[in-house]
Amino acid sequence: MRLNPWQMRGPVIGTSLALSSLAGISAGKQQGSVMKFIIAIIKPFKLDEVREALGALGVAGMTVSEVKGFGRQKGQTEIYRGAEYSVNMLPKVKIEIAVSDELMPKVVETIQQTASTESIGDGKIFVLDLMSTTRIRTGETDDSAL
Amino acid sequence: MIRKLIYGMGALSSSMLVATAAFAQEVAEAAPAVPNPGNNAWMMTSTVLVLMMILPGLALFYGGLTRSKNMLSTMTQIGAAAALAMLVWIMWGYGMAFGPEGNAFISWGKFFLEGVTSDSTAATFSDEVISEYVFICFQMTFAAITVALVLGSTVERMKFSAVMVFTLIWLTIVYFPIAHMVWATGGLFFDMGALDFAGGTVVHINAGVSALVAALILGKRKGYPTEPMPPHSLTLTMVGTGLLWVGWFGFNAGSELEADGVAGLAMINTFVATASAGLFWMLTERLMGHKGSALGFCSGIVAGLVAVTPAAGNVGVFGAVVLGAIASVVCYFAVSKLKPKMGYDDALDAFGIHGIGGMIGAIGTGFLHDPSLGGPGDGSVAMMDQVLVQVYATGTTILWAAVGTVVAIYIAKLLTGLRADPESEVNGLDISDHGERAYNM
Repeated sequence: MRLNPWQMRGPVIGTSLALSSLAGISAGKQQGSVMKFIIAIIKPFKLDEVREALGALGVAGMTVSEVKGFGRQKGQTEIYRGAEYSVNMLPKVKIEIAVSDELMPKVVETIQQTASTESIGDGKIFVLDLMSTTRIRTGETDDSAL
Repeated sequence: MIRKLIYGMGALSSSMLVATAAFAQEVAEAAPAVPNPGNNAWMMTSTVLVLMMILPGLALFYGGLTRSKNMLSTMTQIGAAAALAMLVWIMWGYGMAFGPEGNAFISWGKFFLEGVTSDSTAATFSDEVISEYVFICFQMTFAAITVALVLGSTVERMKFSAVMVFTLIWLTIVYFPIAHMVWATGGLFFDMGALDFAGGTVVHINAGVSALVAALILGKRKGYPTEPMPPHSLTLTMVGTGLLWVGWFGFNAGSELEADGVAGLAMINTFVATASAGLFWMLTERLMGHKGSALGFCSGIVAGLVAVTPAAGNVGVFGAVVLGAIASVVCYFAVSKLKPKMGYDDALDAFGIHGIGGMIGAIGTGFLHDPSLGGPGDGSVAMMDQVLVQVYATGTTILWAAVGTVVAIYIAKLLTGLRADPESEVNGLDISDHGERAYNM
């Protein structure tokens, strides 16, 4: 299995959890966590659509960053006066969302359907167990902090 | 007709300046020609337009193509070499190229501008004159840009000190003699009837061939061609391209030395040959299965400007369009196929665009000058005879430039070591030669 750069930065375990979540196994059984942390890597031009779709679901917030990486899409070629350079890291957008257990499957499904172009390089969705959430302003925790 | 009109206005204004009695007396004595203020003003404008081609035009065009660690080095080398050329020009350059005495290869006299005053004049191609100081300045900018063009092949690895020594020697043994041969009465090519309106041989073939020879002696940049060396800012290259194009109107239309109809022809040709070349480069990219690129557009623009330089006032408008297209396509293959095949590291394609484009322009002018191809020639010289003269001038320039560059580079090597050491080259010449970085972010 190829390790993507963004996977290398986080715990590798995220991958197997993501796979098991997508396979329909309820991740809620593990450790009694009641929240999930979703990391989605998508094509930059799909960001607005995904944001709108998730807003409609009731997702209250997200963190977005511009990232670079590669997967099966590999890279692209740049040519300057005939000199060819292959650029193997492509720009993507990373979305991070914390959601309740119940909302998670719907969120994953929505991201998958909205961000898909059915072509190579559409990205991936990872789901991790989330231990706790605290709203800094009020000190509220967990579901009420989401 | 326009020229006659301007001449008439000049005579009118000068007559108003002089008392009537004195005027009559001067006419009787066949007074020395007085510069027409219109022509003088145009030549002053043209001169600073050519300066704009160097700084910031060429500096940005070349600078954007280098890696960011060599941005300041590239621009500073261009600026400093041009500045040195200006000083050398007033010391001995003008005398060697346009001195009062001389032979087919070189002239002498007027060193340190001896005897030149505000009243001195230089002849144009008609019975007009312009102020000699203006002529000296105009030609000064040509010497300055030519040596700056050569540096396109040597950037990112040639030491600043070596650039300065090279500039001094190269101007003296290569540029001044060739400028004399082409532009001075009695010069070798001038007397042969070679057509070079604004310096296709003197400036572009000369700079291009010298750049190739210098790059061959200097060697490849560390990591070339395996390591990626993409241009660090094509935005700046595009800005530089625009400034070059605008400045080139001074270069080409100014080379008529008068603001007349031939200058107008040179002007329109500088528009259309360039436009054609910019688009044809992109078309060639498409035909070769690539995307039409911004750098391709810029490269085409410059190739077209180079090719139309000798042709500017010497070919018809549609001849210029064809010339620009041909030069663009040939230069495309020179930089993207010939260079990698031959393996030389002409970093910014000074040879591929100025050398090759200059040759296409010089020889193409021989064909397109003929009235049968819409040129302004009177048909008194058969087309192929003219082409042969052009080929001869081109060949002689190539030979002279190559030999002179070998000498100049080796003198620079002897005095300075020529090339930056490997560590300086990896760190970039900005920090190692100048102690600065172009971008502090």
